[in-house]
Amino acid sequence: MSKLRYALYTGCTARESTPELLKSTLAIAKKLDIELVLLDEASCCGASHLQDFDPFLSLVLNARNICYAEKRDLDMVTICNTCQLNTAMTKHKLDSDPELKAKVNEKLEEVGLVYLGTSNVRHFLYALIEDYGLDNLRDRVVKPLSHLNIAPFYGCHNIRPSELHHHFNRTKENPYNPTSLDELIEALEGNSVDYEHKNKCCGFHVDLQAPKTSNILTGNAIVDALDNNADMMVTPCPLCHLNLDVKQKAATKAVNRDLPNPMPILHLPQLIGLALGCTPQELGLQHHVTEVPA
Amino acid sequence: MKLTLKVFRFNAETDYLPHYDTIEMEVDPKEVVLDLLNRIKWEHDGSFTYRRSCRHGICGSCAIKVNGRSTLACKERVVDMVETFGTELTLEPVSKKRAIKDMVVDKGDFWQKYDKVIPWLVAEIDEHPKMENIIPPSEAEKLEDADYCIQCGCCYYACPVVEVNEEYLGPAAFEKAYRFTADVRDHAKKDRLQIVDQLGQGVWDCVKCFECAEACPKHIDPIGKITKLHNQIFEEGVAKSNVATRHAVGFKRSIKKHGILDEGDLVLYSEGFGVFKHIPEALEMFKKGKIVLPWNMPKSKNLDEIKKLVDIASTVKF
Repeated sequence: MSKLRYALYTGCTARESTPELLKSTLAIAKKLDIELVLLDEASCCGASHLQDFDPFLSLVLNARNICYAEKRDLDMVTICNTCQLNTAMTKHKLDSDPELKAKVNEKLEEVGLVYLGTSNVRHFLYALIEDYGLDNLRDRVVKPLSHLNIAPFYGCHNIRPSELHHHFNRTKENPYNPTSLDELIEALEGNSVDYEHKNKCCGFHVDLQAPKTSNILTGNAIVDALDNNADMMVTPCPLCHLNLDVKQKAATKAVNRDLPNPMPILHLPQLIGLALGCTPQELGLQHHVTEVPA
Repeated sequence: MKLTLKVFRFNAETDYLPHYDTIEMEVDPKEVVLDLLNRIKWEHDGSFTYRRSCRHGICGSCAIKVNGRSTLACKERVVDMVETFGTELTLEPVSKKRAIKDMVVDKGDFWQKYDKVIPWLVAEIDEHPKMENIIPPSEAEKLEDADYCIQCGCCYYACPVVEVNEEYLGPAAFEKAYRFTADVRDHAKKDRLQIVDQLGQGVWDCVKCFECAEACPKHIDPIGKITKLHNQIFEEGVAKSNVATRHAVGFKRSIKKHGILDEGDLVLYSEGFGVFKHIPEALEMFKKGKIVLPWNMPKSKNLDEIKKLVDIASTVKF
């Protein structure tokens, strides 16, 4: 296999409130010999809120981000479900509407850029599964996760709207019965936990205006994972992670449950990193609010 | 193809709790879910109760949940359900807590909320017009597919916010609101926008999970209409300055300053004085290295480009 190279759109969270996500992503890329070129020019994607205010500005800024992957002649990978959604939505709109693309390019040309539509945009999870392959990953496992029951938490914006994601991923994830994370956990020789809330919403996007809603949705997911004997949860989305990890106490309180032990929440690359033999330090486990036992 | 059906059974008049009947059934893959409901009634138990009428995906009566997925029974092929869930299918009403009998639910709250958005055209109609009242195609297109909604409730009962916030109007009502706010003939646009702008019941409480878009059997994309309502709220000057609107606007402000989002500043700007309630959580995050202090805030490379684009590509003011 020739060396895999991608342009990494880190998103903002991985550079601020979840530094462990960027750290662990880079750590496993090194272990797997995947080259990730950081898109330092990129701006925020608008996190699915900017387009509520100014949809055109949101398109222009997301198109600009993609331009920098195109300039490097690389496909883009994201490590946040919401970045993935906004970037993919922008790309799909521009690629299917030449008039809109021209309007956006009119603005981009003023800063010397042009959106072409030549780079694919996928979440790193799907790039790993589709390009690197689970069999290859399985071969690199040095510390199998066989003693662990791991509950996958998919996060809305990687699986819905499915029609959009199917344009960009070869994996045709079914939003009502997603399997990619389960398969990945199995490849790392962990036991994937089946539970009702694995494809449900954590409520992150209303954290500020409706904290009660958000806490209940997050609490329901954690409690459901616990009731199905999960030792830990894993998510490909840092926004889900913030709710599940940072807000865990408030969330479980909102659904009237005292957890016997806190539920550790891992980012996807942290879980992979543990199986590949990375140290907790390399994976930034010390940054979690809900402790991850050694 | 042999299926195992687990069928929700409940009679609110006589039962304290529901139970499930297990039925083995030989099924032709060409059958739709409604065929299964009919056969349960005709071949297994005549008391089994469900709503159905047109059998053409247009009356919206036969919405149920199969393995937790909202679906219009007359439109959903069994073969697709089996592909998703395997040969064991659980048939339940769209909302178990609203069940009256078996698959039949009380849609009272659905209709009450639907009524709240004034779901009819408000216009002075000249009953004896001298000439045709022509709507140009460009105006008609703005409705998109919003008037294809059949009020089946698939989106409403798939929405997680409806389950935890009784006030929340939900995707079907928002979709209907948009059907009229986008209608050039309508005179109640601002009234409707004020209704859907209210915190608690309105569009700002949408969690953006896309369950509604996935569930809609008519592919209407209710969340797309919710986004359009957000846009109209700003365009029409209906938006009030509150935590939700400042949160949306705050992204532009932050992007112009740093390119990447300044998370701390966004919370501060959105919450105003309300930011104090976040202090305990912020301290915990700070201890774990999860908060970047203002003077260490990273900036995107080529920030000048971003600043210029924000200036020349902005289309909305607040």
